[in-house]
Amino acid sequence: MKVLVPVKRVVDYNVRVRVRADQSGVELAGVKMALNPFDEIAVEEAVRLKEAGIATEVIAISCGATQCQEQLRTAMALGADRAILVETDAAQAEVLQALAVAKLLMAVCEREQPGLVILGKQAIDDDANQTGQMLAALLGWPQATFASKVVIVAGRAEVTREIDGGLETLSMTMPAVVTTDLRLNEPRYASLPNIIKAKKKPLDVLRPNDLGVDIAPRLTILKVVEPPRRQTGVKVADVAELVAKLRNEAKVI
Amino acid sequence: MAILVIAEHDHAALRAATFNTVSAARKIGGDIHLLVAGTGCTAAAQAAATLAGVSKVRVADAPHYADQTAENLAALIVGNAAGYTYILAPATSFGKNLLPRVAALLDVAQISEIVGIESPDIFVRPIYAGNALATVQSADAVKVITVRPTAFDACGQGGSATVENIPAGPDLGLTQLVNRELTQSVRPELGAAQVIVSGGRGLVSAAHYHALLEPLADKLNAALGASRAAVDAGFVPNNYQVGQTGKVVAPQLYIAIGISGAIQHLAGMRDSKVIVAINKDADAPIFQVADYGLVGDLFKIVPELTAAL
Ligand SMILES: Cc1cc2nc3c(=O)[nH]c(=O)nc-3n(C[C@H](O)[C@H](O)[C@H](O)COP(=O)(O)OP(=O)(O)OC[C@H]3O[C@@H](n4cnc5c(N)ncnc54)[C@H](O)[C@@H]3O)c2cc1C
Ligand SMILES: Nc1ncnc2c1ncn2[C@@H]1O[C@H](COP(=O)(O)O)[C@@H](O)[C@H]1O
Repeated sequence: MKVLVPVKRVVDYNVRVRVRADQSGVELAGVKMALNPFDEIAVEEAVRLKEAGIATEVIAISCGATQCQEQLRTAMALGADRAILVETDAAQAEVLQALAVAKLLMAVCEREQPGLVILGKQAIDDDANQTGQMLAALLGWPQATFASKVVIVAGRAEVTREIDGGLETLSMTMPAVVTTDLRLNEPRYASLPNIIKAKKKPLDVLRPNDLGVDIAPRLTILKVVEPPRRQTGVKVADVAELVAKLRNEAKVI
Repeated sequence: MAILVIAEHDHAALRAATFNTVSAARKIGGDIHLLVAGTGCTAAAQAAATLAGVSKVRVADAPHYADQTAENLAALIVGNAAGYTYILAPATSFGKNLLPRVAALLDVAQISEIVGIESPDIFVRPIYAGNALATVQSADAVKVITVRPTAFDACGQGGSATVENIPAGPDLGLTQLVNRELTQSVRPELGAAQVIVSGGRGLVSAAHYHALLEPLADKLNAALGASRAAVDAGFVPNNYQVGQTGKVVAPQLYIAIGISGAIQHLAGMRDSKVIVAINKDADAPIFQVADYGLVGDLFKIVPELTAAL
């Protein structure tokens, strides 16, 4: 069974993002970029399936500008066997939306016939939380979002999901789509030898046209602004002052 | 313009987030229908009919909606989508799981977790863990939207919508529920609580988390929350997590105890009315959003606070 892992290049989660002065988006020039944290978890899960003898090949795929090759190399350093870049120009990459990505991924799934696609539950830039569900819909496959445990038994996927009230476990037919939550696993670090090895692994480049997919955006971003700032608060000296403030000033207790 | 709101419920009662979603629908304006798909869900459907502003409740009652799987629900919704220009659901784990599937089947975008409605086709939503707000315009004929519950007040009751049964959609047989472990709690639900007492790694252990925070929460009739670090360390179950990837809350009072205030945590609580932070590190970022900060050892402060209330 092949496992396909879509990975996104995003602003590193430690970076404090700044909104551009012209309100067209957030500043990306000179900002540290990284593999989306949830996708790192997805790669790790796929690699573990391979190490357990369940998966035969792990393919990382990214849709976006040329620079996404960096994140694909990272995914291969973590254990993916090969990679596919669906390359767009930089302007298209900035407005690539979940539905378009899902369509590109669907076209690649038709070529590669994976038994499982493992995505992150959300990309930490747009916080969309859509692509996996959309891909599952387009393929007519079952979906297990927000996974904290994945077990493959007798041709079915048994996935434990983090839901608002607690946890639930679903059993589903395969092929299937899984999206990862933070507690699914703890990704390994890429070792230096593996980083070097990853440079030699195959990385194919396709264009959206090769896949016959229209990637035009459906949503137009009119502006991006900073959220209203909270007024700076005060430090209180002790519990008595805190209680007094909460009672008399804030009137919340 | 007709709006279809997907009700989140447990077959017997509506989940609170449904009320906020109906409020968002009212803000968009138009004829509002509520879809209740469930198994033996008459009680939930009757409750739905009382929501202010809802003109019709459409009920699909069939065994294959018992588990509320996205596959079967999406098929039902898409089969009944004709005539609607909006399909809304709460941005909860239920709505987030379901609505992108619906949107893709309709070949339209999905707009995630809106916090504002500027016009019938312009919406505001947080990006980058709430560090930026994007205003987006939709060009799609059908707008499929999840609504952040904390951004809209709950709608009122006292309405009397007509209730109509509709045929069930197909049972696709793709997924089966094996097990569901819901955390039982006598406390208010995190999403709806007026007061939240939230603990982080600073509490050191599950035993300390419970010994210190439960009595305080009892005094305040508060819900308990946690940072990701506290959940990962096993102090409390995953559904206590507040933040970018946990729950988004906006209580009247949020007390962060031994939580540093990483942006991913702030994303889930920065819209609280009053924020209190208790932390021994005077430079912890949580103090930048706190209305009242108390620098010191939580093991000393929290029992004192509980005693003072
Ligand atoms: C993709 C992604 C998503 C994430 N999503 C979330 C999310 O949804 N929610 C979330 O919370 N985090 C999330 N995180 C994790 C986040 O970045 C932080 O790691 C986490 O919030 C830290 O938790 P904490 O504040 O409890 O722990 P720490 O950062 O370790 O802070 C502990 C605090 O306790 C204080 N302390 C220690 N002892 C005492 C004492 N005796 N008295 C008083 N104070 C004391 C310390 O000064 C410190 O400030 C996410 C991270 C990533 C990468
Ligand atoms: N441009 C992209 N290329 C590859 N995978 C992506 C891309 N965008 C999103 N994904 C995948 O979809 C997941 C969810 O992203 P989103 O729906 O944008 O929040 C991510 O964690 C990735 O696994």
